[in-house]
Amino acid sequence: MSRSDDKLLLANVSRRRFLMGLAGGSALVLAARWDMPLANEKAQFGAGAMPGGWVDDPNVFIHIDSDGTVTVVNNRSEMGQGIRTSLVLLAADELGADWDRVKVRQAEANQEKYGNQNTDGSRSMRHWYDPMRRAAAAARLMLEQAAANQWSVPLHEVRTDIHKVIHIPSGKELGFGELAKAARGLDVPGRNDLVLKTADELRFIGRESGYINGKLESAYPKAIDGEDIVTGKAIFGADVEVENPLYAVIARPPVYGSKLESYDDSETLKVPGVQKTLEIEGTGQPAGFSPLGGVAVVATNTWAAIEGRRKLKIQWDNGPAGDNASYTSESYRKALEERAQSPGRVIRENGDVEGALKQAGKTVSATYYMPHMAQSPMEPMVATVVVKNGEAEVWAPVQNPRATRDTVAGRLGMDREKVRVNVTLLGGGFGRKSKPDYAAEAASVAQAFEGRPVRLQWTREDDIHHAYFHAVSVDHLEAGLDSDGNALAWRHRTLSPSIGSLFAPDPEHKGEFELGMGFNTMPFSIPAIRLENPPAPAHVRIGWFRSVYNLPHAWAIQSFAHEVSVAAGRDHRDYVLELLGPGREIHNLTVGDGWNYGEDPDMHPIDTGRMRAVVEKATAAAGWGKELPEGRGMGLAFHHSFVSYTAIVFDVEVDDSGNVIIHRADIAFDCGRQANPERIHSQLEGACVMGIGVALMSEVTFKHGVVQQDNFDTYLLPRMPDAPKEIHIHLMDRQDEPMGGVGEPGLPPVAPALCNAIYAATGKRIRRLPVGDQLKA
Amino acid sequence: MVTLNINGEQHELDVPDNMPLLWAIRDVVGMKGTKFGCGVSQCGACTVHLNGTAIRSCVTPVSAAKGEITTIEAMAEDPVGSKVQQAWLDLGVAQCGYCQGGQIMNATALLKRTPNPDTSEIVDAMAGNLCRCGTYNRILAAIERVAGKEDQA
Repeated sequence: MSRSDDKLLLANVSRRRFLMGLAGGSALVLAARWDMPLANEKAQFGAGAMPGGWVDDPNVFIHIDSDGTVTVVNNRSEMGQGIRTSLVLLAADELGADWDRVKVRQAEANQEKYGNQNTDGSRSMRHWYDPMRRAAAAARLMLEQAAANQWSVPLHEVRTDIHKVIHIPSGKELGFGELAKAARGLDVPGRNDLVLKTADELRFIGRESGYINGKLESAYPKAIDGEDIVTGKAIFGADVEVENPLYAVIARPPVYGSKLESYDDSETLKVPGVQKTLEIEGTGQPAGFSPLGGVAVVATNTWAAIEGRRKLKIQWDNGPAGDNASYTSESYRKALEERAQSPGRVIRENGDVEGALKQAGKTVSATYYMPHMAQSPMEPMVATVVVKNGEAEVWAPVQNPRATRDTVAGRLGMDREKVRVNVTLLGGGFGRKSKPDYAAEAASVAQAFEGRPVRLQWTREDDIHHAYFHAVSVDHLEAGLDSDGNALAWRHRTLSPSIGSLFAPDPEHKGEFELGMGFNTMPFSIPAIRLENPPAPAHVRIGWFRSVYNLPHAWAIQSFAHEVSVAAGRDHRDYVLELLGPGREIHNLTVGDGWNYGEDPDMHPIDTGRMRAVVEKATAAAGWGKELPEGRGMGLAFHHSFVSYTAIVFDVEVDDSGNVIIHRADIAFDCGRQANPERIHSQLEGACVMGIGVALMSEVTFKHGVVQQDNFDTYLLPRMPDAPKEIHIHLMDRQDEPMGGVGEPGLPPVAPALCNAIYAATGKRIRRLPVGDQLKA
Repeated sequence: MVTLNINGEQHELDVPDNMPLLWAIRDVVGMKGTKFGCGVSQCGACTVHLNGTAIRSCVTPVSAAKGEITTIEAMAEDPVGSKVQQAWLDLGVAQCGYCQGGQIMNATALLKRTPNPDTSEIVDAMAGNLCRCGTYNRILAAIERVAGKEDQA
């Protein structure tokens, strides 16, 4: 490694000001900056193609105090995926820091400084693994150089040990804290001068520590927020301390697009604590991230605001809502099922499907339905805003700090720079908190109370009534088999309202990024394939829900593959392995207009060999094919999403009353290289449970444009008795493959695997989700 | 005026009798560990102890909260609660963490009432506490871990 001065840039002193506010005058920092030979703006794929790109400047992310405390700045939102622990863990490991002396500081919204902060699409780790390690490796090299300078020894005679630098020949040591000041004055090495630690030098990265498959392997390193969470000290959206706040709730139009006609607040104003009501302007359709409008009730505590809202008498005008006011789930489902009988826009075509279907000895067809769902994170939406002297400050649990900043600024008519967004912990996100409508609502209320913080609280009813709903879907499939049961033809029509309708006039067709989620990339090797997308209009706000359109696509494709295997009289696993064919790489741009999760298809093709491997792993671990008692069965499903591969086998019993008892789940997962396996396990466990909700009980329905569920007594979520008795996770060892997503890919195969298991247990085929009481007849 | 005894401290509050304990604790007393999740006793995020019994503070009016109220903030000093917290940390139970205060309060009340619950007793007792992240398997294992430890004591 070259460390000559001519490869190093001089520190830019003006950039040292970021130190302000961190631990006062004694704080030291590695103040210098990178040259940027790898320009973000030239990138077509990956982290560099995201707005704001990546940043690997140690200035931005790593601070060392003279007492040795290492503070790592986390720029991504923490919503339960463990990113505050995992990103910091990368830096601590690469730096050589003692985990007990590492702290995290949450970045405010500032994409210019911190790079992309939109915590969505299972991207945080795969986009930030390399930059964060480089930042830490640079900091480590600077500490080593500082020590070498102090001892007047060559750099190659020193090395970093845990939280200290050692002079190898003499055994002299200097702690990180002692070196911080000197390191600060040094130049930042160029990227080419960095040497990242090798696998055997790493203490945390890629190690299966913690609680793994029911066994405590090692308790170290502990989750960074763990202690605060179990003692009630963790700061979520509604927990921020502000001075003398007001509390507000909003009554919103019950139908998407309807408007406030008039309201009477005379009873509301009698509620003790209620201060004021005010109209919140809506922006009509498409709503985007803007408020729906309505009436805000502002009070001295949340309860008074909720009580006051209950006493409002409101007249809504459904005129502007148009067709939305007659939107009813049952008739909409029938309309889509009808439309699925006719051809739609062709997305992908290989061979002559219609001819092959006519010639086939046997045809199989089925129609699958998945309803609307609300993300419903346990923490309902909430935001606190103070508007003062032409500036605004926001505290909110948001997945997309930049969109929050821009939406609030737009709402208030301010420049972005006048709005500061502080990101709290998120009590769950699942895509809902990617939409900062609630922060914009809070800003509108706060504008009416200049100088006073306003906390806008959503109730659970608000959450379920006004979600950005997971798109309802109908998928119709038809396959033709030869006399040996081999598949000759596969036709799939998918119908769902598009998220595109949220931001622009309703396209009534899925966009590229929606089709790319497991539809056009259907991996089976079948001579004739035709994939179509007939139209489906949107009548509510459609938004993304963890794993998004992968949910209906995996549900339909994986259920149907099982149905075809049954029709062929073949074992499901053996049949799908044959359908997948020998391992090969599918470049997603060769299979119709599609999207590859923003990643380079050459680096991240769909590898059917890796897909086969997870299927083989999960089935082997589950004991696929073994004898099971009466009323019990195994079901398999697998899916590629967010450039990772998941296969699940459920072992399920359906009792005489029609209750589903899940004895065991075996999940095989391949996300390429792993950063923090312990949190990969927890994400897969959680996705499994959430998917059980998708399969068995979660459904939002509309009648005349109004949501029919109000709270968790009618919008049902999985509870402890619904969870599998055992979850076994099998992480594939693919350390040489590029990193894939983790948060979402565990979800799509859950519902089809579970319903396939129900079929194996009972002979009853579920084609309409949720299962609900369909097994109780 | 209403008097609440929270974690051994008396609080005199000028609030209506029907204000749910949750909002009195959060907005008036200013303790934020107890969470709002549903407001209708369906999720358990707001669980506190009233005279040792787990209750849903979102549907308990302050007028009915007579006696000793204990919240998550006091669990570190509670002999059972602190063990439950430690088990939660050991097994990395929490994902987002929002519901976990309520889960810990409910689990602690269970373990005080039934120090050695069997699996079905735990599952029944915890069925009222939702976790959208889906941490149920680890919650169950953590409670069993505490129950096992108490066995050895």
